[in-house]
Amino acid sequence: MGGSILGNRVLRKEDPKFLTTGGVYVDDLLDEPALNGALHVTYARSSVAHGLITGIDYSDALLMPGVVAIFSGADLGLQPQPSAYNPMATRTLLAMDKVRYVGEPVVAIVTETREQGEDAAEAVIIDYDVLEAHVDLEKAMASTNLIFDACGSNVVFDSMVLGLPDNTGDAYFEGCEVVVKGRYMNQRVAPCPLEVRGAAASWGTDGRLTQWLSTQHAQGAVAPIAAANGVDAAQIHVKTPDVGGGFGAKIGAYPEELLLGVIAKKVGKSVRWRETRSESMVGLGHGRAQLQYVTIGGTRQGKVTHYQLWAIQDSGAWVDMGTILAPFMTRPMSSGVYDIPNIECRTTSVVTNTTPTVAYRGAGRPEATAAIERAMDMFAAEIGMDAAEVRRINLIPKFLTPHTTVVGQTYDVGDYETSLDKALVAADYKGWREKQKARRASGDAKQIGIGVSVYVEITGGVGNGESAKVEIQDNGHALVYTGTSPHGQGHATSWAMLASEQTGIPIENIELVWGDTDLVPIGTGTMGSRSLQQGGNAVFAVAAELVNKAKSVAARLLEASEEDIVLDKDAASFHVAGTPAVSKSWADLAVAEKAAGGLVHSDVIGVAGATFPFGAHVAIVEVDTETGKVRHIEHTACDDAGTVLNPMLLEGQIHGGVAQGAAQALMEEVRYDDDANPITSNLADYAFISAAELPSVRVVHMETPTPINLIGAKGIGESGTIGSTPALQSAVIDALAHLNVRHIDMPTTAEKVWAAVQSAR
Amino acid sequence: MIPAPFDYKRASSAAEAISLIGEYGDESKFLAGGHSLLPLMKLRLAQPSMLIDIGRIQDLSYIRDAGDHIAIGALTRHMDVEKSPVLAEHAPLLAHAAGHVGDPQVRHRGTIGGSIAHADSASDLPATTLALGATYVAQGPNGTREIAAADFYKGFLESALAPDEMLTEIRVPKMNGASWGFQKFNRRAQDWAIVGVAAWKRGTESGVALVNMGSVPVLATSVATAIAGGASIADAAQLAAAEAEPQSDLNASAEYRVHLAQVLVRRALESNNA
Amino acid sequence: MKVTITVNGKTHESEVEPRTLLVQYVRDTLGLTGTNIGCDTSSCGACSLHLNGESVKSCTLLAAQADGGTVTTIEGLANGDVMHPMQKAFMDNHGLQCGFCTPGMVMAAIGLLNENPNPTEEQVRIGLEGNLCRCTGYHNIVKSVLACANEK
Repeated sequence: MGGSILGNRVLRKEDPKFLTTGGVYVDDLLDEPALNGALHVTYARSSVAHGLITGIDYSDALLMPGVVAIFSGADLGLQPQPSAYNPMATRTLLAMDKVRYVGEPVVAIVTETREQGEDAAEAVIIDYDVLEAHVDLEKAMASTNLIFDACGSNVVFDSMVLGLPDNTGDAYFEGCEVVVKGRYMNQRVAPCPLEVRGAAASWGTDGRLTQWLSTQHAQGAVAPIAAANGVDAAQIHVKTPDVGGGFGAKIGAYPEELLLGVIAKKVGKSVRWRETRSESMVGLGHGRAQLQYVTIGGTRQGKVTHYQLWAIQDSGAWVDMGTILAPFMTRPMSSGVYDIPNIECRTTSVVTNTTPTVAYRGAGRPEATAAIERAMDMFAAEIGMDAAEVRRINLIPKFLTPHTTVVGQTYDVGDYETSLDKALVAADYKGWREKQKARRASGDAKQIGIGVSVYVEITGGVGNGESAKVEIQDNGHALVYTGTSPHGQGHATSWAMLASEQTGIPIENIELVWGDTDLVPIGTGTMGSRSLQQGGNAVFAVAAELVNKAKSVAARLLEASEEDIVLDKDAASFHVAGTPAVSKSWADLAVAEKAAGGLVHSDVIGVAGATFPFGAHVAIVEVDTETGKVRHIEHTACDDAGTVLNPMLLEGQIHGGVAQGAAQALMEEVRYDDDANPITSNLADYAFISAAELPSVRVVHMETPTPINLIGAKGIGESGTIGSTPALQSAVIDALAHLNVRHIDMPTTAEKVWAAVQSAR
Repeated sequence: MIPAPFDYKRASSAAEAISLIGEYGDESKFLAGGHSLLPLMKLRLAQPSMLIDIGRIQDLSYIRDAGDHIAIGALTRHMDVEKSPVLAEHAPLLAHAAGHVGDPQVRHRGTIGGSIAHADSASDLPATTLALGATYVAQGPNGTREIAAADFYKGFLESALAPDEMLTEIRVPKMNGASWGFQKFNRRAQDWAIVGVAAWKRGTESGVALVNMGSVPVLATSVATAIAGGASIADAAQLAAAEAEPQSDLNASAEYRVHLAQVLVRRALESNNA
Repeated sequence: MKVTITVNGKTHESEVEPRTLLVQYVRDTLGLTGTNIGCDTSSCGACSLHLNGESVKSCTLLAAQADGGTVTTIEGLANGDVMHPMQKAFMDNHGLQCGFCTPGMVMAAIGLLNENPNPTEEQVRIGLEGNLCRCTGYHNIVKSVLACANEK
């Protein structure tokens, strides 16, 4: 009897294709018959951040080579649509009366080739009455110059509308021995999946629209596409080709994508669209962008008793998902891993004339973690205690039954101190403190910084479960259908492992089907680190049920009682207990069941709630105090995601997460000038981190299973990002602690570090 | 993104290239490796109507010992400059700097002549050759002329080359055992320098030039003068930005650039490379 | 204009616009979509392929400049079902996730080892400075390249 495949380092089934011919992304659909001769759509975009459109003239552009048609919003008869999160905010999918950010689509151009579209876009003339643009969150909050007039304010969401109380200010901290205040900007960053957005649309002779979409959630795109086209959802078929990364920014469908069916209908041909990177940097949603006012109070002995956070979320120029991350993700996690008896947290979301914000790897939890971790560091510095020690004093003790924090969030299981200890030991924290001391004594320009963070986050908070279907083919191979939507996570391999564990069918004979709404109508997609604990869990449960079904078929064929049938997983066949010589293979059973509709089982498997992965990170940096340059030299990550299905994939998620988290702490920032013109709108200007700026990551394993699902798994997709950012930011500041530097906002660029040293001296 | 439409001609000799650019005039541009020009054309910041591809002119890719100097053909690629044993011996500063241009793929295509003719103050090789006291050779309809690097850079992306002239050779004096340093300060390895410094020193003789400290590459003559006058490196380095007019931009304020120039000049002059 | 380019061992004569980029030629004219486009500023390296045996960014070259040249793309690496050692190293070390940067990354990595067969980790990291990846944090990419170097 072979052992379980679960928990093993299984190589990815999907890799040979990616490595030899490359994935088939939406722009690679050359062999798709429905897209033969498809026309290309290019959008002309707003060049001003805030303005009234006074004229659109595309008469010259219409005469250019290859131009088939050009449409404004009026030409398409577009109507204002309300935001799902604040119905007073409305917009049309192409801006008609008003533009609200640079890059907002205004005119759609249809051409024979993509190049002709780029040429014609240059000839479209849009006139504006330019309005004052908002970049500054606090100015926008106070201004009567409104981005959405009907909202009556640039504040478009506040936790107080949920019936939650306002913060009470300084009075809250009366009686605290130590009170420290901070203003932290958790800066705006660009998700930057390496594949930009792309889509294609084709109306069939049956009157249905097929739309190919680079998305994390095909099923979620059906309703908005149906609405945009004014047809029933049943008329929409969304197909997901390979997707070159999403990181949260490809959860929702965007205007440029929603309009393709409308445009295809108008021109009577299939259409394709793919943005350029320069467009993507202003068109694809951004992440983070949260200003935080933090106050922390406690005793001189290091016990934190009070914590107050006001998170002001930048929504950008639309009330999109970014708006609600602060109240629904940051706020519930504001206590972090700490047992703090008194917490106040208000969130306020504000529109500005910038690219709308959406979910980005971590989505609200990195912000919560960064705030409390930075506050802990400042508190530690104030009382002169080691940062790791202050954390230890305040950690929630180990719990294996649910724990509810004072903000009302219930965590499943936690053992924060063990994760901290493991990370400190693996990182040689004490050794680095010694090296730091020696370096300081030497007076070297290059100083060492050590940063520690301990975090807990929510995963699988999106969706209550997931659909799965397992179908046995005549040859005994299995097709697994899932409502998750892999775009790098390796579900084809890990879902095959789960199905194989139950059925004994080898993983090479198991194929995964996803992202096609005709084949998988029910699905919540891949986001919020939910896939394994909901989607994988569903595959695991459904495959188990299918085995039961198969046993009844085998019982019939073997003329035995169902209870006596056993599955020999090594042989992937069924026999009567004690008589293995006479057996029925999966193929035998599938053929036998063919007339009865096939050997197949599908279900939607619920889960009892979210899970709360946790861990600790230690970052080591070297800071050149003369120039401000920071070098990230070591990183240790101890992330506890419960039971591990495939350690290779788990580590890959941590590595990638750490890099994105480090990028936010050290380098990346979307920036605008004072008139809200983007100044980081390509990958030469935006500091997308590269291999040369990163160390390898030391991964420390820890597994505290959750009782929430059958597998015991929690999410791992975002942990690396959440844990690494505060550790890195803290390390940079720690390197300068002896120079009296207490805080530097992210990204800790060389100039900011240098300026902090100058002003502290 | 792709460039706006243009016509394309391939020159097989310098003479042909010069005659073509004379024929097509202002709206035409030379295309060498294309790694300065094509990115601008893709973003449509440059829209020449004619490209004259000089990339295949066989006899302009060479590195030769010419006695007191090394002669480098304008179409010599960065990678060949970086790996040249002749330069490693006689002008190691230039070979080293060439290894820091862009990334490996860029260095496989970009050329030293293209980089210098583009005259971008943020590029590494204009300042490096300036520090080394190089002379550039330009060929025009009426023959060739020599232009000292110090006289070459006229303004932002503007050089002393006439519209119908082509840069054909870079002459770099031998360093004769001078110590040297190259400091490239950037955010990411592949980025342009926020500030860069190329410097060499032999006794009290020295040459220092700055990358991205204004609209043109800057020869830091005050530093060299101070060193010639016996100043310490640390003191001389304080004068790093005396000739510079740095701008503030996305990556650095002018004030910070001045500070960086001072630190980096000191470090470059203190380097023990030889 | 007409260009003649040998791609993955096969010589093609094609009509292209002067402005046609090499990456467009490979993808659109020849249908070899393994080579991807990830940016428009020569920053990301997703379009990396080999021209005359060296890694280049095919988004910053005209097809006209490659006229008469020899190109190898990701599709031309494997020998039948046998992967190139670098492809195998990426597979064995989980050097890819979404796969979008992968073809360019593999081509750049092969170029790197051609020029420096025994690099240190730091040399690999700096050698890949021109290729961006958003998924892997580069950890396993670097590991793959080092593993491939050690195999040789």
